[in-house]
Amino acid sequence: MTVPSDPANESYRLDVNGSDREVTDAWVGESLLYVLRERLGLPGAKGACEQGECGSCTVIMDDRAVCSCLVLAASATESRILTVESLGDDGRLSDVQQAFLDAGGVQCGFCTPGFIVAVHHLLDRNPQPDDEEIKEALSGNICRCTGYGRILEAVKVVARGRAHGGVA
Amino acid sequence: MTLATGLDTRFGALGSNAIRPDGAAKVQGGFAFSSDMWAENMLWGATLRSPHPHARLVDLDVTEAWKIAGVECIVTADDVPGAPNYGLIMQDQPVFARVGDVVRYRGEPILAVAADHPETCRRALAAVKVTYEVLEPVTDAERCIDGSAPSIHPLGNVFRHQRIITGDQSLVGEIQVEGTYEIGMQDQAFLGLEAALAVPDSGGDGVELYIATQWLHEDRKQIAACLDMPEDKVRLVLGGVGGAFGAREDISLQVHTCLLALRTGRPVRIAYSREESFYGHVHRHPATIWMRHHADATGRILRIESRMVFDGGAYCSTSPAVLINAITHAQGPYKCVNATVDGWALRTNNPPCGAMRGFGVVQACFAHESQMDKLAAAAGVSPVEIRLRNAMETGDRLITGQIMDSVAPVARCITETDRIPLPAPLPDDAHELLIPGGTGLTALPSNIRRGIGWGVSIKNLMYSEGFDDFSTARCRIADGAVHVKFATAEVGQGFVMLAQQIARTVLGVDDVFLDPIDTQVGSAGSTSASRQTWMSGGAVDAACRAVREELLDRVAADRGLVRAEMRVEGTNIVDSLTGTTIAVGEVIGNYDIDRTVEYRHPATEDLDEDGHGNCHVAFAFVAHRAVVDVDPDLGLVKVVQIATAQDVGRVLNPLSVQGQVEGGIAQGLGLAVMEEIIVTDGKVRNPSFTDYLLPTFLDAPTVDMILIEEHEPKSPLGAKGVGEPPCVSVTPAIANAIRDAVGRELPRVPIRPFDICI
Amino acid sequence: MPVLRPRSVDHLLHLLADTPDASVLAGGTDMMVEINLHGRRPGTVLPIGSLEELREWEHQRRAGTVTIGAAVPYADMETGELADLVPALAQAARTVGSPQIRAAGTIGGNLGTCSPAGDILPVLSALDAIIHVLHRDHSRDLLFSDFMTGVKRNSLRPGEFVHSVTVPVTRGWQGYAKVGTRNAMVISTASACLVHDADEGHVALALGAVAPTIVRASKAEAWLSQQVDLRGSFSVSIEIAQEFGRRAASETSPISDHRSTADYRRHAVSVLARRLLERSAT
Repeated sequence: MTVPSDPANESYRLDVNGSDREVTDAWVGESLLYVLRERLGLPGAKGACEQGECGSCTVIMDDRAVCSCLVLAASATESRILTVESLGDDGRLSDVQQAFLDAGGVQCGFCTPGFIVAVHHLLDRNPQPDDEEIKEALSGNICRCTGYGRILEAVKVVARGRAHGGVA
Repeated sequence: MTLATGLDTRFGALGSNAIRPDGAAKVQGGFAFSSDMWAENMLWGATLRSPHPHARLVDLDVTEAWKIAGVECIVTADDVPGAPNYGLIMQDQPVFARVGDVVRYRGEPILAVAADHPETCRRALAAVKVTYEVLEPVTDAERCIDGSAPSIHPLGNVFRHQRIITGDQSLVGEIQVEGTYEIGMQDQAFLGLEAALAVPDSGGDGVELYIATQWLHEDRKQIAACLDMPEDKVRLVLGGVGGAFGAREDISLQVHTCLLALRTGRPVRIAYSREESFYGHVHRHPATIWMRHHADATGRILRIESRMVFDGGAYCSTSPAVLINAITHAQGPYKCVNATVDGWALRTNNPPCGAMRGFGVVQACFAHESQMDKLAAAAGVSPVEIRLRNAMETGDRLITGQIMDSVAPVARCITETDRIPLPAPLPDDAHELLIPGGTGLTALPSNIRRGIGWGVSIKNLMYSEGFDDFSTARCRIADGAVHVKFATAEVGQGFVMLAQQIARTVLGVDDVFLDPIDTQVGSAGSTSASRQTWMSGGAVDAACRAVREELLDRVAADRGLVRAEMRVEGTNIVDSLTGTTIAVGEVIGNYDIDRTVEYRHPATEDLDEDGHGNCHVAFAFVAHRAVVDVDPDLGLVKVVQIATAQDVGRVLNPLSVQGQVEGGIAQGLGLAVMEEIIVTDGKVRNPSFTDYLLPTFLDAPTVDMILIEEHEPKSPLGAKGVGEPPCVSVTPAIANAIRDAVGRELPRVPIRPFDICI
Repeated sequence: MPVLRPRSVDHLLHLLADTPDASVLAGGTDMMVEINLHGRRPGTVLPIGSLEELREWEHQRRAGTVTIGAAVPYADMETGELADLVPALAQAARTVGSPQIRAAGTIGGNLGTCSPAGDILPVLSALDAIIHVLHRDHSRDLLFSDFMTGVKRNSLRPGEFVHSVTVPVTRGWQGYAKVGTRNAMVISTASACLVHDADEGHVALALGAVAPTIVRASKAEAWLSQQVDLRGSFSVSIEIAQEFGRRAASETSPISDHRSTADYRRHAVSVLARRLLERSAT
């Protein structure tokens, strides 16, 4: 998997989902998306454009939702990184994940991890967003299958549930 | 009509919002798409592509590439052991271009390399020295009709020419309206980029391919032919598919990946980037359609004339079938007895085109719905009235001579749509996100004009023209559990969920296990043409019924009951004679039953040279009404609401149908106002998501829908396919709405800002 | 392509001076696209995102200015006190890319890349922003108009980097508008920033994506000053607003490309200029 004899290989450590993860002898140009998927066994984040135009690779870095395809992995050594795999509790689905399923918001599923992360991030910051706030917050996540209708519904269901004391 | 007997309101049965079985994995990020597939000792593969739309491949020098540490293998046309070309209809497309021969589109594959890291692959490709003799590309499809273009392929430049000549060819109407309409090249732009993992057998005489595709068996047939292997040595397993929309009907990286794996003896993964994906799959045909409608003074259509020119690009793909769909739908969902239609599908050095959701009908519909508004104006009636006046009905004869024997609630689609309330007008203090231009703050509400427009369409279901289409399913009871196996490609549409719903309903169980989707069972046909609910649903239904029949036979025999009085109701076996009720779950552990069934639809015919024949299986109908806000000075558009009534036959999973309608509408919206592969001199100018724009959350309209359930008697489950109709007539509905707002003809989609205001 | 993380701005300056092929990495939203898609292989990469000093902004009340560190992400400019002080900057920041891009992308990055379609740049032009450039051995302050020299070209010399940007806090209306072909995540087809300085009695208009550099429509500005007294609040007739728009458009030299046509861009500028002027008037 490495590029042998390449002067541009690096070894470094990343803080991912609360654990220190070693990255050894990696080509230095690898994005965080690549490292998560191909080296750290965390294939949840997806690559659909590699230029920050689709949101499928969204992760949380230092409490901000960013595109992991645009993060140089070797430069992320001082950041706290959270991926979709950190959500939910002990294998149980989070309320956002369950709502996506119940609302019919999952078709091919390729955009889904990016959306799940972005929705968690939105609702952690803005627990009762109105429709326009939801749409703007998610305007960086492209879905080609659903037309967004069922996804909007899922987010609203979660927001209502949390307002009534549901578990985040 | 074969519906499951008895009332079954269980969650998870047909008609309920069953949860998809792959859903939990998808929301957790654990679902394995083909790009997630990994194997020990795996190599990465990458493809070198021609930068020229038309050139002779003079020389290929890979010496420098081989010197790069980490490069394990390079394959070219010389390394293809079997058929050098492939294709769904014509086998005209080379696996790799051959030295001495010609490349015919920018992006045509030249060779593939396998190496230890994607970066090594990139360096290796950069080190290959290719010598081209650049040739003048043929980019104007018209020149392939008038013969002024040189032939760019031994099989010629005409994929298909077909006319429809019906009735009075000289009839002239009191009202005539005409126009020349252009439809730009749309891309399917599925998110799940092309990826495959090929694992060679240890003996090197076979291979297992994990692939995201629409039709496993058709892929296998072509791959086996190119690899010169028997089909049973090429085993395909469906890797998770991140959307398809027609772009995976043609093979792309399948043979390349297998070749590299077989040559190196190691697993190989090829994964396309977004840019490569734009070059690696076929697109929707750009088309120019001239139409003239002749009508009487009241606007009743008497005759249609049309000339349709479809640019199929460099290779055939499914162009002939796309063309037939287009010309046979020229009349739209309207009565018409006289027709003169001339259709061409042509080869150029533009990017190859093939299947995309709607398959030729999108283009025809844009033309006929644009015409209907012109007809309405000429007849002095409303857009709704003109369509009601001409609405097709079951029993009508189509211009191909075929009798419309599907349920055809065209008038009802229109009237139900018309009943859906319009949205409130844009308020003076509207939130900026509701105004065209959004956060760009380009306009105030006072700058905005609203328009309303209509589109109604007919769309054929299933394959046509005598194609022997079938689907296979296997149902078995073993160890007290129900298993269903099929090769139906789940691309996101939810067939895996529907299959469980069918089995639960037919067999009265709650747990249904789905076996892996691969070529270890017969073909399911393609996930295309809105056919899987009918065909594969029909196959699963038939296989489950066969198992149910045998189960009831054996329970009757074992318990001394009268077989004829027994049926499954809910989760019980009920004997109406004695009133005996036995829970299905109690008895299935006693039996091993295994049935495989092929489901076929009634046969269809070719079209004769006058375009006559019963060439389609069935049809579905839909109406769309678009409300659009337009900034007339800047040409920016916001689609506010789409109201729709769709003829679905029977709703098998309400949320799933809703998702298909909303998703299809988004794609039709994309074609209307923002999506186009821009090609100049055969070169794609915008192979990225920066400049090929997909609708975002902020572009999506409110969708208000009515699902019309008039059970289709020919359909095994009473349901019609729902995937394509939502994207067909929404495009002209939006165009008609923009026209209503700004008063311009706008004969071309996508409508760009400068079309509206310059 | 080693990655060397500077421990301080001082350390960064030394690394930049000593390593001629070094590139500063802030949000990565431009550089990573170059690496992922365009085969760029930078020399030494110096990530500056965690240098606190570069992620801060400060309001100099007495001077009536705001200084913004080069690594302040767009997301931090969209709301809050900074947005109140420089509303046009907040409006422009809100249109950059997507929320994910805005969480990472920085004002320094927009300046480093210097694309004529850079969303923040018309605001910096209209405000006559001062770009603070540092080198191990010297520092320079440049007017924005001297900083951007061409398409994706700036006047940074080897070893220099953009440390921060200072803009005035003006009394009077300011606003930004950007034209794109869909309602989110678009590269600008044409953009405009108008700043009314009620104290100075002047309206500044800067235009983006319609020339190789950001255009200050200084002729249109001068013409307007002669038509209308711009001290304090003012009003404009429809004719003046339309003429202002026409004149602004005539100062541009847009191109036709796969995104749009020169005619449309010119026309769009005239509409944006007119509308922004109308909004700034009472």
